[in-house]
Amino acid sequence: MEAAVERHTISLLVDNEAGVLARVIGLFSGRGYNIESLTVAEVDKSQTVSRINLVTSGTPMTIEQIKAQLGRLVPVHKVIDLTTGAPHVERELALVKVAGRGEERVESLRIADIFRARVVDATNESFIFEISGSSDKLMAFIKLMEPLGLVDISRTGVVAISRGMSPL
Amino acid sequence: MDETLSQTGSEILIQALLDQGVDVLFGYPGGAVLPIYDALFQQNELRHILVRHEAGAVHAGEGYARSTGKVGSVLVTSGPGATNIVTGLADALMDSVPLVCLTGQVPTAMIGNDAFQEADTVGITRPCTKHNYLVKNIDDLARIVHEAYYVARSGRPGPVVVDLPKDVLIATGRYVGPANVEHRTYRPSIKAEPERVAPAVDLMARAKRPLFYTGGGIINSGPRACDLLTELVRLSGYPITNTLMGLGGYPASDGQFLGMLGMHGTYEANMAMAECDVMIAVGARFDDRVTGRLSDFSKGSTKIHVDIDPSSINKNVAVDFPIVGDAASVLEDMIALWKEKRVSSKRDGLAEWWRQIDAWRAKDCLSYEQKGEVIKPQYAIQRLYELTKGRDVYFTTEVGQHQMWAAQFLKFETPKHWITSGGLGTMGFGFPAAMGVQVAHPDALVIDVAGEASFLMNMQELSTISQYRLPVKVFIVNNQYMGMVRQWQEFFHGGRYSESYMDSLPDFVKLAESFGVTGLRVERPDEVDDAIRRMIDTDGAVLLDVRVSPEENVFPMIPGGAAHYEMKLGPDGAAMGGREEDGMVLV
Repeated sequence: MEAAVERHTISLLVDNEAGVLARVIGLFSGRGYNIESLTVAEVDKSQTVSRINLVTSGTPMTIEQIKAQLGRLVPVHKVIDLTTGAPHVERELALVKVAGRGEERVESLRIADIFRARVVDATNESFIFEISGSSDKLMAFIKLMEPLGLVDISRTGVVAISRGMSPL
Repeated sequence: MDETLSQTGSEILIQALLDQGVDVLFGYPGGAVLPIYDALFQQNELRHILVRHEAGAVHAGEGYARSTGKVGSVLVTSGPGATNIVTGLADALMDSVPLVCLTGQVPTAMIGNDAFQEADTVGITRPCTKHNYLVKNIDDLARIVHEAYYVARSGRPGPVVVDLPKDVLIATGRYVGPANVEHRTYRPSIKAEPERVAPAVDLMARAKRPLFYTGGGIINSGPRACDLLTELVRLSGYPITNTLMGLGGYPASDGQFLGMLGMHGTYEANMAMAECDVMIAVGARFDDRVTGRLSDFSKGSTKIHVDIDPSSINKNVAVDFPIVGDAASVLEDMIALWKEKRVSSKRDGLAEWWRQIDAWRAKDCLSYEQKGEVIKPQYAIQRLYELTKGRDVYFTTEVGQHQMWAAQFLKFETPKHWITSGGLGTMGFGFPAAMGVQVAHPDALVIDVAGEASFLMNMQELSTISQYRLPVKVFIVNNQYMGMVRQWQEFFHGGRYSESYMDSLPDFVKLAESFGVTGLRVERPDEVDDAIRRMIDTDGAVLLDVRVSPEENVFPMIPGGAAHYEMKLGPDGAAMGGREEDGMVLV
């Protein structure tokens, strides 16, 4: 009886020191866990603290292991599973390049408008759209762009934060 | 005032080590660490033991740490010096041994340029250390060294590497003392939440077929944890089994002790594990050598698991009552609650459980027959135990059959006297580890129970024990095979002994003598006692080559991937039909 695989968004606060990202990634590769997306940036300059947001999937037992293993890393201050915790907001940003002329080009603009994507670069034969939202929304937009001349995608990966007034 | 101006990095390093209570370094010099060796030369407080291979240094550090509970300290150079300690780091990580390994590094300006003797030491050692550091600035040096010792010994202990570029060792800076240096955020939890302990104790008090299952966490927690464990086990009247790493955590001579469990554990311990209704796991990690086939592991029991490392809980086996905390602290809480409850150890169900256990015990699963002209390895090790009993004796082992027989036939009454490579299974561990034990306990009897194949892996250290007059005794159980490999080939690979025969072995007596070490050999069963007595009574180091029957197997055995109740008791026991393919897949 295999337990079902769940998708979890986990946020970490870590010391912003050399090698900390390698420790996190090495833990996932070394123990055979999945990373579906990963973002990292400094969030507190005075304390040199960075926040890592990662999306992973696994059975509930694996997810518990992942959190315990992350918590064991010496430079990791805090491990929060946003998926099981209080409600939270997830956002991702993508830059999507679409090349084409004529009706397809116009159609891509119309769809971008529906999705509230912005044009951040344009040539006579291409647009670059900037779109943000949930990963599902991004995926839906990208799928619609495919027949309209999609040539390149760059995505940030998920950033996430809990709702309400309390910090991580 | 601890602060002095203008010391070199090497001087700061040595000051920091001394302030951390380090009395000995196991090391090997080289280009990148020359400034440290120069500073060592100019002082008399810190002792340095010159090994003959860096692998020997790190295992000696482990022997020192495992036998004292203090942090072991190792010093090696950059590049090959650092890569040679990797096995020992992995070993220490698996068995939670506190180590600080100082590695030389090329100057910071040359890092990344493929300089002579450069290796990415922090990169290579990241997955086999608890934590590691690259010191890029002299101002961070003292703090990092203090922090490294704090991290190595705190919580679940482990190895820490501090990589030291040569320019940092030469630069001058300011020393800071160890006062108040702990890690900024690393705070392992020691005290368990009371609301987790109370229901676990309730459950224990209601158990009909309880079993304590304890591991290396008890030993690592310290002598107090061992005393508290003994108190709780005796208060409750419950049976107890130890893992390989946990031997010595509970007195082996006690009637409530069922022996080691697992692949080569006793019948009574494994059957009790299979049949118990409440399992009380403390400082053990449900290793595959303990559990056998997971789906059949102690299926009917409700499980309590106490561990200082949250990642050890629910890793392999889902438990019902997880308790995160230090073993000593949790056991103390458990004893207090137990005493409040006034649980009778004379309950009806319990007597039945003990009757069942005694019936399993009656199988006498470790029995063997010493007959004929050839020494049985079990006999040699059992005699070694009988003739050293009552002395201040430490045993180390290499890895393989001899290690399992040692675990079965040596009995430990106190912790930290049994030093073995449990998790990683590192051949070549025992001899340098014995060296480290002997340095820490100069007057004790230190015996490496070795196989001839394992011994060959780090035998260069004969030169070290000779130089420092370390009276280590090497007891080679010589069956001329990699015995455990041969055993598995016999059971699971159709008896095709592929590359497991040790051809062209040296004459161990002459080998020992060439290093100025006494060499002895024994080939007949009736001469074993005399040989062991001579080994013990000879001043200085001795290598005793015990020629044993070559094709003896370790029993009992739970084949890889089998369940506890599918144990093979001996050569005449039930055939392990249908397990061959599973055995091939499982290591």
